[in-house]
Amino acid sequence: MKIPVSAMRLPTRPAREYESRFDREQSMLKMLAIPIASVLLASMVTTLPIFSSGPILPPFGLLMFLSWRLMRPGLLPVWSGVPFGLMDDLFSGQPFGSAGLLWSLAMLIVEIIDSRAIWRDYMQDWLIAALLITAVLLGGWWISGLAHATPDPMILFPQILLSILLYPLVVRICVRLDSWRLVT
Amino acid sequence: MAPPPHRRSGFSRKAQYSLFVTYVLAIAGTIVAALLLMISVVDPAGFSALRTFGTEVTAPVARVINNARQSAQAITDTFSAYIDAASKNMALEKELKANRSALIEARALRVENARLRGLLNIANDDPQQVAVGRLISSTASSTRRVATLSIGRNFGVERAQAVRGPAGLIGRVIETGPTTARILLVTDSENLVPVMRASDGLPAFSAGLGNGLVLIKPLSLGESPFKIGDIIVTSGNGGLYGANIPFAQVIRKTSDGALGLPFADPANTPYAIVMKSYLGTARAAQQAIAPDGETKEVAE
Repeated sequence: MKIPVSAMRLPTRPAREYESRFDREQSMLKMLAIPIASVLLASMVTTLPIFSSGPILPPFGLLMFLSWRLMRPGLLPVWSGVPFGLMDDLFSGQPFGSAGLLWSLAMLIVEIIDSRAIWRDYMQDWLIAALLITAVLLGGWWISGLAHATPDPMILFPQILLSILLYPLVVRICVRLDSWRLVT
Repeated sequence: MAPPPHRRSGFSRKAQYSLFVTYVLAIAGTIVAALLLMISVVDPAGFSALRTFGTEVTAPVARVINNARQSAQAITDTFSAYIDAASKNMALEKELKANRSALIEARALRVENARLRGLLNIANDDPQQVAVGRLISSTASSTRRVATLSIGRNFGVERAQAVRGPAGLIGRVIETGPTTARILLVTDSENLVPVMRASDGLPAFSAGLGNGLVLIKPLSLGESPFKIGDIIVTSGNGGLYGANIPFAQVIRKTSDGALGLPFADPANTPYAIVMKSYLGTARAAQQAIAPDGETKEVAE
Protein backbone atom coordinates (compact mmCIF):
# COMPACT_ATOMS: atom_id res chain seq x y z
CA MET A 1 0.00 0.00 0.00
CA LYS A 2 1.33 3.40 -0.96
CA ILE A 3 1.35 6.23 1.51
CA PRO A 4 0.95 9.71 -0.05
CA VAL A 5 3.86 12.05 0.67
CA SER A 6 1.59 14.59 2.28
CA ALA A 7 0.48 12.01 4.81
CA MET A 8 4.02 11.20 5.94
CA ARG A 9 5.07 12.83 9.16
CA LEU A 10 8.46 13.11 10.67
CA PRO A 11 8.67 11.31 14.00
CA THR A 12 9.49 14.38 16.06
CA ARG A 13 8.62 14.53 19.69
CA PRO A 14 5.64 12.16 19.65
CA ALA A 15 4.80 12.90 23.26
CA ARG A 16 3.75 16.47 22.46
CA GLU A 17 0.93 15.22 20.26
CA TYR A 18 -1.05 14.03 23.21
CA GLU A 19 -0.35 16.98 25.47
CA SER A 20 -2.79 19.76 25.93
CA ARG A 21 -2.20 22.69 23.60
CA PHE A 22 -3.51 25.14 26.14
CA ASP A 23 -1.63 26.68 29.02
CA ARG A 24 1.81 25.35 28.12
CA GLU A 25 4.75 26.74 30.09
CA GLN A 26 8.03 27.84 28.56
CA SER A 27 11.14 25.99 29.59
CA MET A 28 12.73 27.96 32.44
CA LEU A 29 16.21 26.84 31.35
CA LYS A 30 15.72 28.16 27.83
CA MET A 31 14.26 31.42 29.13
CA LEU A 32 17.44 32.14 31.10
CA ALA A 33 20.14 30.37 29.15
CA ILE A 34 19.49 31.84 25.70
CA PRO A 35 20.14 35.52 26.53
CA ILE A 36 23.15 34.69 28.70
CA ALA A 37 24.68 32.23 26.22
CA SER A 38 24.09 34.52 23.24
CA VAL A 39 25.96 37.43 24.87
CA LEU A 40 28.83 35.17 25.98
CA LEU A 41 29.16 33.53 22.55
CA ALA A 42 29.07 36.94 20.88
CA SER A 43 31.93 38.02 23.19
CA MET A 44 33.90 34.94 22.11
CA VAL A 45 33.80 35.87 18.41
CA THR A 46 37.28 37.39 18.84
CA THR A 47 38.74 33.93 19.53
CA LEU A 48 37.87 32.78 16.01
CA PRO A 49 40.75 32.98 13.54
CA ILE A 50 39.98 36.50 12.35
CA PHE A 51 43.13 38.52 11.76
CA SER A 52 42.88 42.24 11.17
CA SER A 53 45.58 44.84 10.87
CA GLY A 54 43.61 47.27 13.04
CA PRO A 55 40.60 47.25 15.35
CA ILE A 56 37.86 46.62 12.79
CA LEU A 57 35.77 43.75 14.20
CA PRO A 58 32.68 45.17 15.95
CA PRO A 59 32.33 44.32 19.66
CA PHE A 60 29.62 41.72 19.08
CA GLY A 61 29.28 40.98 22.79
CA LEU A 62 28.40 44.60 23.49
CA LEU A 63 26.00 44.76 20.52
CA MET A 64 24.19 41.62 21.69
CA PHE A 65 24.08 42.86 25.28
CA LEU A 66 22.69 46.26 24.31
CA SER A 67 20.09 44.80 21.98
CA TRP A 68 18.81 42.41 24.66
CA ARG A 69 18.66 45.28 27.13
CA LEU A 70 16.89 47.68 24.78
CA MET A 71 14.54 45.08 23.28
CA ARG A 72 13.55 43.38 26.54
CA PRO A 73 13.82 45.85 29.42
CA GLY A 74 13.75 44.05 32.73
CA LEU A 75 15.12 40.77 31.39
CA LEU A 76 18.74 41.48 32.31
CA PRO A 77 19.13 42.94 35.82
CA VAL A 78 20.81 46.33 36.26
CA TRP A 79 23.97 44.79 37.68
CA SER A 80 24.42 42.32 34.78
CA GLY A 81 26.82 44.68 32.97
CA VAL A 82 29.59 43.73 35.41
CA PRO A 83 29.64 39.92 34.95
CA PHE A 84 29.05 40.10 31.19
CA GLY A 85 31.70 42.80 30.84
CA LEU A 86 34.27 40.85 32.85
CA MET A 87 33.65 37.80 30.66
CA ASP A 88 34.15 39.97 27.58
CA ASP A 89 37.45 41.23 29.01
CA LEU A 90 38.80 37.68 29.02
CA PHE A 91 38.57 37.54 25.24
CA SER A 92 38.88 41.12 24.00
CA GLY A 93 42.53 41.80 24.89
CA GLN A 94 41.65 44.97 26.80
CA PRO A 95 42.91 45.45 30.39
CA PHE A 96 40.84 43.24 32.71
CA GLY A 97 37.90 45.22 34.16
CA SER A 98 37.63 47.67 31.28
CA ALA A 99 34.43 46.25 29.77
CA GLY A 100 33.18 45.37 33.26
CA LEU A 101 33.19 49.06 34.12
CA LEU A 102 32.05 50.44 30.75
CA TRP A 103 29.21 47.96 30.18
CA SER A 104 27.94 48.54 33.70
CA LEU A 105 27.95 52.30 33.15
CA ALA A 106 26.14 51.78 29.83
CA MET A 107 23.54 49.69 31.66
CA LEU A 108 23.02 52.43 34.26
CA ILE A 109 22.68 55.04 31.51
CA VAL A 110 19.98 53.00 29.76
CA GLU A 111 18.27 52.61 33.14
CA ILE A 112 18.26 56.39 33.59
CA ILE A 113 16.91 56.89 30.06
CA ASP A 114 14.18 54.34 30.77
CA SER A 115 13.18 56.11 33.95
CA ARG A 116 12.78 59.41 32.06
CA ALA A 117 11.32 58.27 28.77
CA ILE A 118 7.73 57.08 28.53
CA TRP A 119 8.15 55.21 25.29
CA ARG A 120 10.98 54.58 22.88
CA ASP A 121 10.73 53.20 19.39
CA TYR A 122 13.19 51.29 17.24
CA MET A 123 14.93 54.36 15.80
CA GLN A 124 15.47 55.78 19.28
CA ASP A 125 16.84 52.41 20.39
CA TRP A 126 19.31 52.55 17.52
CA LEU A 127 20.32 56.10 18.45
CA ILE A 128 20.84 55.14 22.11
CA ALA A 129 22.84 52.07 21.05
CA ALA A 130 24.93 54.14 18.60
CA LEU A 131 25.84 56.67 21.28
CA LEU A 132 26.64 53.97 23.82
CA ILE A 133 28.75 51.95 21.34
CA THR A 134 30.75 55.07 20.47
CA ALA A 135 31.20 55.93 24.14
CA VAL A 136 32.24 52.39 25.12
CA LEU A 137 34.74 52.03 22.25
CA LEU A 138 36.31 55.43 22.97
CA GLY A 139 36.32 54.60 26.69
CA GLY A 140 38.06 51.31 25.92
CA TRP A 141 40.66 53.19 23.91
CA TRP A 142 41.22 55.63 26.79
CA ILE A 143 41.49 52.82 29.36
CA SER A 144 43.91 50.89 27.19
CA GLY A 145 45.94 54.12 27.03
CA LEU A 146 46.26 54.13 30.83
CA ALA A 147 48.05 50.78 30.81
CA HIS A 148 49.84 50.71 27.46
CA ALA A 149 50.94 52.94 24.61
CA THR A 150 47.96 53.49 22.32
CA PRO A 151 47.55 54.50 18.71
CA ASP A 152 45.69 57.51 17.36
CA PRO A 153 41.93 57.42 18.21
CA MET A 154 41.10 57.96 14.53
CA ILE A 155 41.78 54.27 13.84
CA LEU A 156 38.62 53.51 15.85
CA PHE A 157 36.43 55.35 13.35
CA PRO A 158 35.80 52.41 10.94
CA GLN A 159 35.03 50.11 13.85
CA ILE A 160 32.54 52.55 15.38
CA LEU A 161 30.81 53.06 12.03
CA LEU A 162 30.65 49.33 11.32
CA SER A 163 29.31 48.59 14.80
CA ILE A 164 26.54 51.16 14.48
CA LEU A 165 25.55 49.85 11.05
CA LEU A 166 25.59 46.23 12.25
CA TYR A 167 23.41 46.94 15.28
CA PRO A 168 20.09 46.38 13.41
CA LEU A 169 21.34 42.98 12.25
CA VAL A 170 22.20 41.99 15.82
CA VAL A 171 18.74 43.16 16.94
CA ARG A 172 17.18 40.87 14.34
CA ILE A 173 19.26 37.93 15.55
CA CYS A 174 18.15 38.83 19.05
CA VAL A 175 14.48 38.84 17.99
CA ARG A 176 14.84 35.37 16.44
CA LEU A 177 16.50 34.10 19.61
CA ASP A 178 13.77 35.71 21.67
CA SER A 179 10.96 34.00 19.77
CA TRP A 180 12.84 30.71 20.17
CA ARG A 181 13.25 31.46 23.88
CA LEU A 182 9.57 32.07 24.41
CA VAL A 183 8.20 29.24 22.27
CA THR A 184 6.18 26.70 24.22
CA MET B 1 9.15 49.75 24.01
CA ALA B 2 7.53 50.97 27.19
CA PRO B 3 9.48 50.79 30.41
CA PRO B 4 8.79 47.54 32.24
CA PRO B 5 6.18 47.44 34.97
CA HIS B 6 8.67 46.18 37.56
CA ARG B 7 9.81 49.75 38.11
CA ARG B 8 6.44 50.65 39.65
CA SER B 9 6.73 48.40 42.63
CA GLY B 10 3.51 49.62 44.25
CA PHE B 11 2.92 49.21 47.95
CA SER B 12 4.72 45.87 48.34
CA ARG B 13 7.63 46.40 50.68
CA LYS B 14 9.31 43.25 49.36
CA ALA B 15 9.16 44.48 45.76
CA GLN B 16 10.44 47.91 46.77
CA TYR B 17 13.39 46.44 48.67
CA SER B 18 14.36 43.99 45.92
CA LEU B 19 14.31 46.81 43.36
CA PHE B 20 16.48 48.90 45.67
CA VAL B 21 18.90 46.00 46.15
CA THR B 22 19.41 45.61 42.37
CA TYR B 23 20.47 49.26 42.15
CA VAL B 24 22.82 48.87 45.10
CA LEU B 25 24.30 45.77 43.46
CA ALA B 26 24.73 47.59 40.15
CA ILE B 27 26.59 50.51 41.74
CA ALA B 28 28.71 48.19 43.91
CA GLY B 29 29.52 46.03 40.86
CA THR B 30 30.60 49.10 38.90
CA ILE B 31 32.92 50.12 41.72
CA VAL B 32 34.36 46.59 41.93
CA ALA B 33 34.97 46.61 38.16
CA ALA B 34 36.71 49.98 38.48
CA LEU B 35 38.94 48.58 41.24
CA LEU B 36 39.77 45.52 39.11
CA LEU B 37 40.61 47.86 36.27
CA MET B 38 42.92 49.91 38.47
CA ILE B 39 44.72 46.73 39.53
CA SER B 40 45.15 45.61 35.94
CA VAL B 41 46.37 49.06 34.86
CA VAL B 42 49.01 49.06 37.59
CA ASP B 43 49.99 45.44 36.93
CA PRO B 44 49.10 44.53 33.32
CA ALA B 45 50.22 40.91 33.72
CA GLY B 46 48.16 40.46 36.90
CA PHE B 47 45.09 38.81 35.40
CA SER B 48 47.00 36.82 32.81
CA ALA B 49 45.92 33.54 34.46
CA LEU B 50 42.25 34.36 33.82
CA ARG B 51 42.91 35.43 30.24
CA THR B 52 44.98 32.31 29.63
CA PHE B 53 42.10 30.20 30.94
CA GLY B 54 39.71 31.89 28.49
CA THR B 55 42.08 31.34 25.59
CA GLU B 56 42.72 27.70 26.53
CA VAL B 57 39.00 26.95 26.68
CA THR B 58 38.23 28.45 23.27
CA ALA B 59 41.44 27.35 21.52
CA PRO B 60 40.14 23.96 20.22
CA VAL B 61 37.37 25.65 18.20
CA ALA B 62 39.79 28.23 16.85
CA ARG B 63 42.25 25.46 15.89
CA VAL B 64 39.64 23.52 13.91
CA ILE B 65 38.34 26.61 12.10
CA ASN B 66 41.87 27.79 11.41
CA ASN B 67 42.76 24.43 9.82
CA ALA B 68 39.67 24.65 7.62
CA ARG B 69 40.56 28.23 6.68
CA GLN B 70 44.13 27.28 5.76
CA SER B 71 43.04 24.37 3.59
CA ALA B 72 40.45 26.57 1.87
CA GLN B 73 43.20 29.08 1.14
CA ALA B 74 45.35 26.28 -0.28
CA ILE B 75 42.52 25.22 -2.61
CA THR B 76 42.00 28.73 -3.97
CA ASP B 77 45.76 29.10 -4.42
CA THR B 78 45.87 25.84 -6.39
CA PHE B 79 43.07 26.96 -8.68
CA SER B 80 44.41 30.45 -9.23
CA ALA B 81 47.82 28.97 -10.13
CA TYR B 82 46.28 27.64 -13.37
CA ILE B 83 45.34 31.11 -14.53
CA ASP B 84 48.13 32.57 -16.72
CA ALA B 85 50.24 29.49 -16.04
CA ALA B 86 52.28 29.81 -19.25
CA SER B 87 53.23 33.47 -18.92
CA LYS B 88 53.91 33.01 -15.23
CA ASN B 89 56.21 30.11 -16.06
CA MET B 90 58.18 32.26 -18.52
CA ALA B 91 58.56 35.07 -16.00
CA LEU B 92 59.62 32.67 -13.26
CA GLU B 93 62.25 31.05 -15.47
CA LYS B 94 63.72 34.44 -16.26
CA GLU B 95 63.77 35.27 -12.55
CA LEU B 96 65.36 31.91 -11.76
CA LYS B 97 68.26 32.60 -14.14
CA ALA B 98 68.83 35.99 -12.53
CA ASN B 99 68.63 34.54 -9.03
CA ARG B 100 71.05 31.72 -9.78
CA SER B 101 73.99 34.06 -10.17
CA ALA B 102 72.95 36.03 -7.09
CA LEU B 103 72.78 32.77 -5.14
CA ILE B 104 76.31 31.82 -6.16
CA GLU B 105 77.54 35.23 -5.05
CA ALA B 106 75.71 34.83 -1.74
CA ARG B 107 77.36 31.45 -1.18
CA ALA B 108 80.77 32.96 -1.75
CA LEU B 109 79.94 35.77 0.64
CA ARG B 110 78.84 33.31 3.29
CA VAL B 111 82.15 31.48 3.11
CA GLU B 112 84.00 34.78 3.28
CA ASN B 113 81.87 35.90 6.20
CA ALA B 114 82.59 32.70 8.13
CA ARG B 115 86.32 33.13 7.47
CA LEU B 116 86.26 36.76 8.69
CA ARG B 117 84.26 35.81 11.77
CA GLY B 118 86.84 33.14 12.48
CA LEU B 119 89.62 35.74 12.17
CA LEU B 120 87.84 38.12 14.57
CA ASN B 121 86.98 35.28 16.95
CA ILE B 122 83.25 36.12 17.12
CA ALA B 123 81.17 33.41 18.74
CA ASN B 124 78.35 32.25 16.51
CA ASP B 125 75.43 33.12 18.77
CA ASP B 126 72.69 32.35 16.26
CA PRO B 127 69.22 32.31 17.80
CA GLN B 128 67.78 28.82 17.64
CA GLN B 129 64.17 27.92 17.32
CA VAL B 130 62.23 26.58 20.29
CA ALA B 131 59.10 25.35 18.56
CA VAL B 132 56.89 25.87 15.54
CA GLY B 133 53.19 26.69 15.84
CA ARG B 134 50.39 28.55 14.17
CA LEU B 135 48.58 31.77 14.91
CA ILE B 136 44.99 30.84 15.73
CA SER B 137 43.31 34.14 16.58
CA SER B 138 43.86 37.83 17.19
CA THR B 139 42.23 40.62 19.17
CA ALA B 140 40.43 42.01 16.15
CA SER B 141 38.05 44.22 18.12
CA SER B 142 40.53 45.86 20.49
CA THR B 143 43.05 48.65 19.92
CA ARG B 144 45.73 46.27 21.15
CA ARG B 145 47.31 43.97 18.59
CA VAL B 146 47.72 40.64 20.32
CA ALA B 147 47.54 37.23 18.64
CA THR B 148 47.17 33.73 20.05
CA LEU B 149 49.69 31.02 19.19
CA SER B 150 48.65 27.36 19.04
CA ILE B 151 51.50 26.15 21.29
CA GLY B 152 52.47 27.08 24.84
CA ARG B 153 54.52 25.85 27.74
CA ASN B 154 54.06 22.25 26.55
CA PHE B 155 56.54 23.06 23.76
CA GLY B 156 58.85 25.16 25.92
CA VAL B 157 57.49 28.56 24.92
CA GLU B 158 58.38 31.21 27.49
CA ARG B 159 57.79 34.90 28.01
CA ALA B 160 59.88 37.39 25.99
CA GLN B 161 60.80 34.97 23.23
CA ALA B 162 60.69 36.36 19.71
CA VAL B 163 58.26 34.90 17.17
CA ARG B 164 58.86 35.00 13.43
CA GLY B 165 57.17 33.66 10.35
CA PRO B 166 58.72 32.58 7.07
CA ALA B 167 58.38 36.16 5.79
CA GLY B 168 59.61 38.08 8.78
CA LEU B 169 59.25 39.07 12.43
CA ILE B 170 55.75 38.65 13.92
CA GLY B 171 56.20 39.74 17.54
CA ARG B 172 57.13 38.47 20.96
CA VAL B 173 55.51 36.23 23.57
CA ILE B 174 53.88 38.12 26.46
CA GLU B 175 51.80 35.45 28.21
CA THR B 176 52.00 31.68 28.13
CA GLY B 177 49.42 29.04 28.97
CA PRO B 178 49.71 25.24 28.98
CA THR B 179 48.87 24.88 25.27
CA THR B 180 48.56 28.47 24.02
CA ALA B 181 50.61 31.65 24.14
CA ARG B 182 49.73 35.29 23.53
CA ILE B 183 51.94 37.27 21.18
CA LEU B 184 52.34 41.04 21.11
CA LEU B 185 52.50 41.79 17.38
CA VAL B 186 55.05 44.25 16.01
CA THR B 187 52.17 46.50 14.91
CA ASP B 188 51.08 47.13 18.53
CA SER B 189 51.96 50.60 19.81
CA GLU B 190 53.59 49.03 22.85
CA ASN B 191 56.09 47.01 20.82
CA LEU B 192 59.41 48.76 20.18
CA VAL B 193 61.82 46.87 17.92
CA PRO B 194 65.45 47.88 17.37
CA VAL B 195 65.96 47.71 13.60
CA MET B 196 68.40 48.80 10.92
CA ARG B 197 68.34 49.46 7.20
CA ALA B 198 69.52 46.32 5.43
CA SER B 199 71.60 48.18 2.83
CA ASP B 200 73.86 50.19 5.16
CA GLY B 201 72.99 49.22 8.73
CA LEU B 202 71.48 52.64 9.59
CA PRO B 203 70.15 52.07 13.15
CA ALA B 204 66.54 52.90 13.93
CA PHE B 205 63.62 52.05 16.20
CA SER B 206 60.26 50.74 15.07
CA ALA B 207 56.98 51.32 16.93
CA GLY B 208 53.61 49.93 15.87
CA LEU B 209 50.82 52.26 14.83
CA GLY B 210 47.97 49.86 15.58
CA ASN B 211 46.70 49.92 12.00
CA GLY B 212 48.96 47.32 10.42
CA LEU B 213 51.88 49.69 9.81
CA VAL B 214 54.98 50.52 11.83
CA LEU B 215 56.68 53.87 12.33
CA ILE B 216 60.44 53.67 11.80
CA LYS B 217 62.48 56.38 13.49
CA PRO B 218 66.22 56.64 12.88
CA LEU B 219 68.47 57.24 15.87
CA SER B 220 70.21 60.09 14.06
CA LEU B 221 68.53 63.49 14.09
CA GLY B 222 67.69 65.48 11.01
CA GLU B 223 65.79 64.81 7.85
CA SER B 224 64.51 61.32 7.22
CA PRO B 225 67.23 59.32 5.45
CA PHE B 226 64.80 56.64 4.23
CA LYS B 227 63.62 56.05 0.68
CA ILE B 228 60.48 54.26 -0.41
CA GLY B 229 61.29 50.59 -0.87
CA ASP B 230 64.09 50.43 1.71
CA ILE B 231 64.31 47.03 3.40
CA ILE B 232 64.36 47.10 7.20
CA VAL B 233 65.72 44.17 9.23
CA THR B 234 66.09 43.68 12.98
CA SER B 235 69.45 44.76 14.36
CA GLY B 236 69.62 42.44 17.37
CA ASN B 237 70.36 45.35 19.73
CA GLY B 238 69.03 44.79 23.23
CA GLY B 239 69.22 41.04 22.85
CA LEU B 240 65.51 40.31 22.65
CA TYR B 241 64.97 39.95 18.92
CA GLY B 242 67.65 38.17 16.91
CA ALA B 243 69.66 40.05 14.30
CA ASN B 244 68.87 40.13 10.57
CA ILE B 245 65.27 38.94 10.75
CA PRO B 246 63.40 40.54 7.82
CA PHE B 247 61.13 43.17 9.31
CA ALA B 248 59.45 45.70 7.03
CA GLN B 249 59.59 47.63 3.79
CA VAL B 250 59.35 51.43 3.75
CA ILE B 251 56.18 52.54 1.99
CA ARG B 252 56.10 56.25 2.84
CA LYS B 253 58.53 58.86 4.08
CA THR B 254 57.56 61.12 6.96
CA SER B 255 59.33 64.28 8.15
CA ASP B 256 61.53 62.49 10.69
CA GLY B 257 61.21 58.83 9.83
CA ALA B 258 59.25 56.46 7.64
CA LEU B 259 56.17 54.28 7.58
CA GLY B 260 56.88 50.61 7.04
CA LEU B 261 54.72 47.66 6.08
CA PRO B 262 55.81 44.53 8.01
CA PHE B 263 56.70 41.57 5.82
CA ALA B 264 54.92 39.07 8.06
CA ASP B 265 51.15 39.29 7.73
CA PRO B 266 49.59 37.49 10.74
CA ALA B 267 46.51 36.65 8.66
CA ASN B 268 48.49 34.89 6.01
CA THR B 269 51.46 33.28 7.69
CA PRO B 270 51.47 29.49 7.36
CA TYR B 271 53.46 28.91 10.55
CA ALA B 272 55.14 30.85 13.33
CA ILE B 273 58.56 29.99 14.74
CA VAL B 274 59.30 30.74 18.38
CA MET B 275 62.98 31.66 18.75
CA LYS B 276 65.25 31.34 21.75
CA SER B 277 66.03 34.65 23.37
CA TYR B 278 68.88 36.19 21.35
CA LEU B 279 72.02 36.62 23.44
CA GLY B 280 70.07 34.99 26.27
CA THR B 281 73.23 33.51 27.83
CA ALA B 282 74.91 36.91 27.96
CA ARG B 283 71.87 38.44 29.62
CA ALA B 284 71.64 35.60 32.14
CA ALA B 285 75.30 36.14 33.05
CA GLN B 286 74.75 39.87 33.43
CA GLN B 287 71.68 39.27 35.60
CA ALA B 288 73.68 36.93 37.84
CA ILE B 289 76.17 39.73 38.58
CA ALA B 290 73.80 42.72 38.75
CA PRO B 291 70.09 41.87 38.73
CA ASP B 292 67.59 44.43 37.46
CA GLY B 293 66.17 46.65 40.16
CA GLU B 294 68.77 45.80 42.79
CA THR B 295 71.70 47.87 41.60
CA LYS B 296 71.65 51.38 43.02
CA GLU B 297 73.02 54.48 41.43
CA VAL B 298 76.17 55.75 43.06
CA ALA B 299 75.70 59.21 44.54
CA GLU B 300 78.37 61.61 43.43
